[in-house]
Amino acid sequence: MSRITITVNGTPQTREVEDRTLLVQFIREHLGLTGTHVGCDTTQCGACTIHLDGVAVKSCTVLAVAADGSKVTTIEGLAEGGKLHDVQQAFREHHGLQCGYCTPGMIMASVDMIRRHDGMLDEHTVRHELEGNICRCTGYHNIVKAVLDAAEKHRAAHAVAAE
Amino acid sequence: MYATTYHKPKTLAEAVDLYTNSDEPSYLSGGHTLIPTLKSRLAAPAHLIDVRNIPELSGIEVTADKVIIGSATKHAVVAASKEIKAVIPALAGLAGSIGDVQVRHMGTIGGSTANNDPAADYPAAVLSLDAIVHTDRRKIPAKDYFQGLYTTALEPGEILVRVEFSIPEIAGYAKFRNPASRYSMAASFVSKHRDGHIRVAITGAGNEGVFRWTEAEELLTENFSAEALESLTIDPSRMMGDMHAPADYRAHLVAVMTRRAVQNLGGTHIL
Repeated sequence: MSRITITVNGTPQTREVEDRTLLVQFIREHLGLTGTHVGCDTTQCGACTIHLDGVAVKSCTVLAVAADGSKVTTIEGLAEGGKLHDVQQAFREHHGLQCGYCTPGMIMASVDMIRRHDGMLDEHTVRHELEGNICRCTGYHNIVKAVLDAAEKHRAAHAVAAE
Repeated sequence: MYATTYHKPKTLAEAVDLYTNSDEPSYLSGGHTLIPTLKSRLAAPAHLIDVRNIPELSGIEVTADKVIIGSATKHAVVAASKEIKAVIPALAGLAGSIGDVQVRHMGTIGGSTANNDPAADYPAAVLSLDAIVHTDRRKIPAKDYFQGLYTTALEPGEILVRVEFSIPEIAGYAKFRNPASRYSMAASFVSKHRDGHIRVAITGAGNEGVFRWTEAEELLTENFSAEALESLTIDPSRMMGDMHAPADYRAHLVAVMTRRAVQNLGGTHIL
């Protein structure tokens, strides 16, 4: 057992965990944040994608104890003051989901993608970079539209900020 | 996953000491091979020794003729490195072709090189770029380092600290991915070194893991172009055969990927 502290969505969370506890188990079972999903549990589907110290990772393949002292953002941490994050809003407007199971991972991966490219994305790049997220409804078309729309909003916001 | 005890040493000496004095220890880096293996209970180390906090394992250094990468460096960092792209674009391209974005944010060059999965990408670059593997106790040239499937010259407890690549005149990489797993079914890293010698390293295909395709090297020494390889084939008995691809198909892919690697010299976009 180890006593670890991980700052999740801005709040430090201290728990006693078994060393074999996966980060996704810590998030879901120890903290009760069930927005992060477990799909394949084999590092392929991306449903468990969260941000660990600012970058998208698959939380089913990280030990919680190895993330001691880190900052984690989950899907629950994106909205601010009751207002959806631009990427969440875009998924809503473009119906970027069917059953919704992959959606939290898709959104976390998309937020990371838009950040890394500073919003400079085209359809080919979005499709390629969502390689690590699988939608078994095969609803990719609207997901890609949503990401491109959110990327455009990001560019517009930054252009305004630069003026 | 079976129960295990996690350790996070801050020095090489502490890590080696933990390894030496523990029953059933294993080093852990990015964990993107080891943790799935533990979850499926194919391995059950009693002690996991996380090497990522050891300072010697971090950092990228580019000199006049070498690129030296700390073993805990993540694929995404190598892929994005302007310094590496400037001198060995194919190496940055290779790193950026591994797995997917999330995997590249965790997986490390040291983990890939130490594990020596026959379908891993990095071993091809290590062998083709005449790399030297630095450990906590010695330097191992690539030609002596790889010793078959999942087997390397590393001794129990030995830590891979950094990989020192020779900067070539030019290099190229090409791979054919399994459509589902995205692992290479055949991949070729071709380097023309500054003194003129050629190295062609094949991964994903050989039944003994990564290997040099010396017949291709000889032809490319005569004529450094994809056309020089047009009639060259490789013996399928040297290839892996499995449900994804029989040996004769892999042999075909090796030849095609090697020609594509020559056509992709200096490219960071790995088809």
